[in-house]
Amino acid sequence: MNQPLTPNSFRTGPDEQGMFGMFGGRFVAETLMPLILDLQQHWEDAKRDPAFKAELEGLSTNFAGRPSKLYFAEGLTKHLGGAKIYFKREDLNHTGSHKINNCLGQILLAKRMGKKRIIAETGAGQHGVASATVSARFGFPCVVYMGSTDVERQAPNVFRMKLLGAEVRPVSSGHGTLKDAMNEALRDWVTNVEDTYYLIGTAAGPHPYPEMVRDFQSVIGLEAREQILEQEGRLPDLVVAAVGGGSNAIGIFHPFLDDRSVRIVGVEAGGRGLQGIEHCASMNAGRPGVLHGNRTYLLQNEDGQILDGHSISAGLDYPGVGPEHSWLRDTGRVDYVPILDNEALEAFQVTTCVEGIIPALESAHAIAQVMKVAPTMGKDEIIICNLSGRGDKDVHTVAKMLGVEI
Amino acid sequence: MTTRIDRRFAKLKAEGRPALVTYFMGGDPDYVSSLQIMRTLSRAGADVIELGMPFSDPMADGPAIQAAGLRALKGGQTLAKTLRMAADFRKDDDETPIVLMGYYNPIYIYGVDRFLSDAKAAGIDGLIVVDLPPEMDEELCVPALEAGVNFIRLATPTTDDKRLPKVLQNTSGFVYYVSMTGITGAALADTEKVAAAVARIKSHTDLPVCVGFGVKTAEQAQAIGASADGVVVGTAIVNTVANALGPTGEMAADPVEAVASLVGNLAEGVRAARLATAQ
Repeated sequence: MNQPLTPNSFRTGPDEQGMFGMFGGRFVAETLMPLILDLQQHWEDAKRDPAFKAELEGLSTNFAGRPSKLYFAEGLTKHLGGAKIYFKREDLNHTGSHKINNCLGQILLAKRMGKKRIIAETGAGQHGVASATVSARFGFPCVVYMGSTDVERQAPNVFRMKLLGAEVRPVSSGHGTLKDAMNEALRDWVTNVEDTYYLIGTAAGPHPYPEMVRDFQSVIGLEAREQILEQEGRLPDLVVAAVGGGSNAIGIFHPFLDDRSVRIVGVEAGGRGLQGIEHCASMNAGRPGVLHGNRTYLLQNEDGQILDGHSISAGLDYPGVGPEHSWLRDTGRVDYVPILDNEALEAFQVTTCVEGIIPALESAHAIAQVMKVAPTMGKDEIIICNLSGRGDKDVHTVAKMLGVEI
Repeated sequence: MTTRIDRRFAKLKAEGRPALVTYFMGGDPDYVSSLQIMRTLSRAGADVIELGMPFSDPMADGPAIQAAGLRALKGGQTLAKTLRMAADFRKDDDETPIVLMGYYNPIYIYGVDRFLSDAKAAGIDGLIVVDLPPEMDEELCVPALEAGVNFIRLATPTTDDKRLPKVLQNTSGFVYYVSMTGITGAALADTEKVAAAVARIKSHTDLPVCVGFGVKTAEQAQAIGASADGVVVGTAIVNTVANALGPTGEMAADPVEAVASLVGNLAEGVRAARLATAQ
């Protein structure tokens, strides 16, 4: 693969065709093409509309609770004895994760487009809960597709979605995880094109979704950048986030991309190790291919059939990744590293004990990477770790892993 | 440059009847049976064969074709084997057009140039790649046209008059009108609406217009064939194969015979189509 030239700015993509270099695009059935073009037009208009921006900001503040805090994790910093660690507290948002940022933006867009029905896919259930929440708030019927394996391992979130009035449809094809839920949501969309808005939860899918979701999530990085300048008077040395589809990661990374002094690391789910197929490290162990409307790094076999990955964390259990991450990987601007299930589990326990915060298993992957590198860094160095969600939903999974019955 | 597809539609036009276009999944349930099914399709009266390339994540297909693809993959089917199946078929049939139908990723991974040259050598005449809209023409459509392989595009009820020229621009062989929004195998659309849609597309192109999605019986084939240049039947054939399999996927009945009987009926339907309109 040719190494792309280093651009003057890493923040200008995608191009008009929705491409980040060779990644991204609009690989969808003709039935969906007019819808995607229509969505793009509405998104372009909304972006420029001060009323849209004002409504979103109002909801972000008063409904979601933004800005989220940038918190000095003193306990973990002392425990590791190296760089100063800050958590960007997306776990404190309404619904308990960063997912609400994107859902508020897209529900306003759906309203603006006159759509009558919301569909969404979900892995860990965080996006499903956020979608059900905004649908309840704005009076839309909502159908959430969720892999049957995930329905089982994320039972509390399934019940929350139902309480919020959403219909949860379990998907049993494949391994019954996020990939399969996304296939089924796309089938629903292609069938109900007239009235349905597809609220994609991550910065992947056909253009304009990767750009739009990134823009809605960039509030994380914009706030963090401002907050660290205020609290420390300088930019961080390292920014770390977990990458499944990659929306929390691109959200915190994007505003820092042109700050060349800031090292940026994305953490993929290494599952049980990269030797076999029991992981979801598409950028470390996959290769470029086309799935779910975009070209990106994918876990696949030599015949181009997509593989079902594995991760302890349902939110990272996806064989692909958002196209902008693929591009950032190839340009070398962001490093992507794997973290194993047991490393994430340890980070989950340590953070809970020394910091008094139960992180989502997704976020625990990012913290595990911080635990690896912080001790090797100087005490005057600064790390920002995106704490993308809270871990209440994961206590059953963790108990099972630890052999505890609850 | 004419292809087998062009020649076949010209011949049918002279006969004054629509084409029966049959879809089946390559490698379902195994290579040998599937090749027999393919040969049976043309012997039983199919005018054009769509050879399905299995894909792990067929986002535009209903449960029947999804399941068929998974059976084929489980049986060891690969893109290379699908191409070999076309080449094997060509040993005793050099006339029936073969259109490969599926999704882009296996082709992308195989390599576009290598794929086109191997497809051409295997006797493939056209391609339908569901997830490559005109916006992505540089990927495969343009190279296919340069290689002399037809690129057949899907037009749908959401393709309005403004968009239709863009969809038709690099289309060759025929136009595949998907008579409804949705996944394969769902209910049949209203025949009057289909006739109006076919007329609308024909006002933009001289290419034959084939109609699919939801056709299951000879009567439906006849009704759709009254206005269209071809009737596509897919899910009904795939279901016939599935019905011949037992609960664990073992062969419980002869799928080849069942497909022969279904396709024979459908062929009578399309042959009666124009006859009926003429009377």
